[in-house]
Amino acid sequence: MINLAGRDILNGWGKFVFTGLGLGLLIGVTLSMAGIYRGLVDDGRVLLSNGGADLWVVQRDTLGPYAEPSNVRDDAYRALLGVKGVVEAGNVTYLTMQIEHQGSDVRVMLVGFQPGHPGEPGYLVAGRPITRSHYEAIADIKSGFRLGERIRIRRHEYTVVGLTRRMVSSGGDPMVFVPLRDAQEVQFLKDNDALVNERARIAANPAFNRPAVPGLLDAVQASQANSRTVNVVMLRLAPHADEAIVAGEIRRWKHLEAYTRADMDEILVAKLIATSAKQIFMFLVILAVVSAAIVAFIIYTMTLNKVREIAVLKLIGARNRTISAMILQQALGLGAIGFIVGKTAATLWAPIFPKYVLLLPGDAVLGALLVLVICALASIVAIRAALRVDPATAIGG
Amino acid sequence: MNLRFSRKAVLSVVAAASALLLGWLVTSQGPLAPTRVTVATVQQGPLLASTFGIGTVEARRSYALAPTMASRVARVLVDQGDTVAAGQLLAELDPVDLDDRVASGRLGAQRAASAVRAAQAQLAEAQSRAQVAVASARRSAELRARGFFSQEATEAKQQEANAATAAVDATTAQLAAARRDHERVLADVAGVGKLRDQARLVSPVDGIVSARLVEPGSTIVAGQAVLQVIDPTSLWVRARIDQGQAGGVRVGQSAEIVLRSDAKRVYPGEVKRVDWLSDSVAEERVVNVGFTAIPDALSIGDLVEVTIGIAELPAALWLPAAVKRVDRQDGVWRIKDGRVTFHPVEVGITTLDGRSQILAGLAIGDEVVVHSEQALQPDAKVSVVATLVGARR
Repeated sequence: MINLAGRDILNGWGKFVFTGLGLGLLIGVTLSMAGIYRGLVDDGRVLLSNGGADLWVVQRDTLGPYAEPSNVRDDAYRALLGVKGVVEAGNVTYLTMQIEHQGSDVRVMLVGFQPGHPGEPGYLVAGRPITRSHYEAIADIKSGFRLGERIRIRRHEYTVVGLTRRMVSSGGDPMVFVPLRDAQEVQFLKDNDALVNERARIAANPAFNRPAVPGLLDAVQASQANSRTVNVVMLRLAPHADEAIVAGEIRRWKHLEAYTRADMDEILVAKLIATSAKQIFMFLVILAVVSAAIVAFIIYTMTLNKVREIAVLKLIGARNRTISAMILQQALGLGAIGFIVGKTAATLWAPIFPKYVLLLPGDAVLGALLVLVICALASIVAIRAALRVDPATAIGG
Repeated sequence: MNLRFSRKAVLSVVAAASALLLGWLVTSQGPLAPTRVTVATVQQGPLLASTFGIGTVEARRSYALAPTMASRVARVLVDQGDTVAAGQLLAELDPVDLDDRVASGRLGAQRAASAVRAAQAQLAEAQSRAQVAVASARRSAELRARGFFSQEATEAKQQEANAATAAVDATTAQLAAARRDHERVLADVAGVGKLRDQARLVSPVDGIVSARLVEPGSTIVAGQAVLQVIDPTSLWVRARIDQGQAGGVRVGQSAEIVLRSDAKRVYPGEVKRVDWLSDSVAEERVVNVGFTAIPDALSIGDLVEVTIGIAELPAALWLPAAVKRVDRQDGVWRIKDGRVTFHPVEVGITTLDGRSQILAGLAIGDEVVVHSEQALQPDAKVSVVATLVGARR
C-alpha cells in the first residue's frame, strides 16, 4: 500500500514545511502566552517561598507587605520569638526604587534582611552570601548587575557579592538584597540634599530650635535620622506547630496581623496579580481560539488546493477511505510539525522575556492534544469537501 | 522503488529527528530538566575570621569649653583648626559688673585697712592712758600707805586705772574686729576675682580647636559650649559592630580601617576598648579602634569601615559559601548519581569572603554544591556546570 500522504507531501514538501513552520510560530506564540500567564502566577508563589517563611507578621489590619504598605517596629520580633511554636524570626523591609546603573536607571525592589534569618535568599547562582553587616548586596541576575560591581543606593556604595535568580517582586522588578540596617536607612534617607533640607527645616522651627535649650535641636535631628520600622517579620515555625494557631495567638496577644502561606498565596494570587493575570488569561483564550481557527482554515484551504489531484485519484479508482486517510494524515502531520516548531520556538525565546515565562509540561501536552484534535476536526471538513469532488474535474478542469 | 525507499527513509529520519528534538527540549529545557549547579571541593588552608563594622572618627579626649553661668560672649580669640596650648586664653565672656565689683571690693579693702590702722591708733592711745592711770594709781597707793593721801582719792585713782585697762581690752577687740573685716573684704575681692576668671575660657590641654560654636555677642546658658578643643593624638574610631558578629572582638586585636574619604587606602589599627554597654536598640556593640599611626587630615565624624581580625587558623578545612541551613541544621548538598542529598556538617568560623570552616562531616576533596539555579530539594536531579552566570537557559 502506497502512503499517499507521504508521497503527496514529498511532492510539494517546501509548501508543506513552510505552512507547518508558520503554523508552528503561531502555536509558539500561544504557548508563550500560556507560559507568561503561568510565569506571572509562579512569580508570586516564588516570592513567597523564597523567604522560607511559614508566617508573615505585618501591621494590624493591613494586607502587607506585598499588597499594602505595612510598618512594624523592628523590635517586635523579640516578642514574636516568645510565642510558642516560633523558632526563627527575621525582619524584612521592601522598597521599590530606581538604582543608577551604567548611565541608566534600573528599577529594583530593595529588600532588607538579616543574614541567617528568614527572608534571606535561599540560593545563589554566583558569589557568596552577605557576610559584612553593611554595604554588601545580593542582586537578582535580571537586574543586570555583575559580581563585584559597586552600585550606589542613595548615599552609599554597595558591593554586589552574590547573584541569585527568580527573585522578583510581584510587579516583576528584580530584587536587590542588602543588610537590614542599610535598608532601614535607605527607607528614611532620601538623599543628601533632602537630608540637608530637612535639617534646615527643623532648625527653622522655633519649637525645636530654642535658644534656652541647647542640644534640643541636635536631639530632634538625631531622632529623625533613624528608622526603627520594618515592613514584615517573617517567622519560621517548629515542625509540629500549627500555623493557624500560632497566627491566632499573634493576632490576639501581639496586636499584629499574621498571615499563613495559604493566606499570602490568596492575597498575592487572588488579589494582587488577579487583574493582570485575568487580562493575560483572557488574551490567551482569544489567542487559542484564533490559532485554532487559523489552523482549521489552513488545513481546509490546503485540501481545496488539491481538488485536481483528488479528482485524478478518484478517476483512477482510489477509494474514499484512501483519500480521507491521506487528508487526515497530512493534517495531523502538519499539526505535529507545527507543535514541534511551536514548542521549540517557545522554549528558545522564553529566556529572552523580561519576566519569567514558565512552560509547564502539562500545558505542552494539552497544547499538543488540542492541536491534533483541531487538525483532525478541520480535516473532517476538508475530507467532506474532497469527497464531494467530481472526478470529471480532473479532465474537464 | 529506490526513490520511494529513500523518501520513506527521509520521512522517518525527519520524524525521528523531530521526536529527538522534542525529547531534548522536554528533558533539558523545561521544568523537568535537571537543576544546574556548580560544585566546589573541600580544601585545606589558612582561614582568617574577621568581623566588620562601620563607625566614625572621634576624639577620645574632647573638651567642651563652656561658662558656668549664663552670659554673653564678648570675644572668641581662636578659630576652628587653630593649635592651642594649655592655659591659652581662647574666649572671653562679657563680665558685666564683675570688674566693677572687683574695683569696689578693692576700695572696700583699702577702707578696711584704714579702719585697722585707726583701731591700732586707738589701741596705742588707750594703752598709754592705761600706763599713766596704772602708774598714778600705784603712786597714790604708796602715798596712802604713808598717810599722805586720802583713802577716797586713792580709790578714785585705782578706779581710773581699772577703767583705762578695760579701755585697752576694748580697743584690742576693736582692732581684731577691724582686722577680720579687712580679711573678709580681701576674701570677697578674691572671690569676685575668681568669678571674673570664670569669664575667661582657657584651653585645658595642648590641642586643636575642633569647633567654634558661638560667635561674640550671643548669649548662652550655663554649660553651653563656646569652643570645642580636642587632643589630636587621641583620635580613634568608634565602630559599631552587629552583636551577632561581635562575640570574638577583644582588646588588642589588629584591625584594618578604611576611611570613606580615602577609600583606596587601608590604615592599620588595633582594638583599644570594647564598650561594656551595648546598644540594645540597634543591637550593636561599640568597639573603639585606634590608629597605629594617625593619618593626616582626619576629620572627626568621618565614616569609616573597620575590619577586625578575630581568629586565624593556619590549616583549616574550608569550603566556599556552600553551607546551607535546612530545618535549623547546617549542611551541604552532595551529589550522588546525579541527585542531591543533604549532608549535615559542623561549621566553625566564617570569613568575610564567605569561606566556612568545616569542623566535621566532610574530608578534603569532597565535592559539594555551591550555586544552584533554584532551591534544591532532597533527591532533586542536578547537572554540574562550570558557571551559572552568563550561560543561557
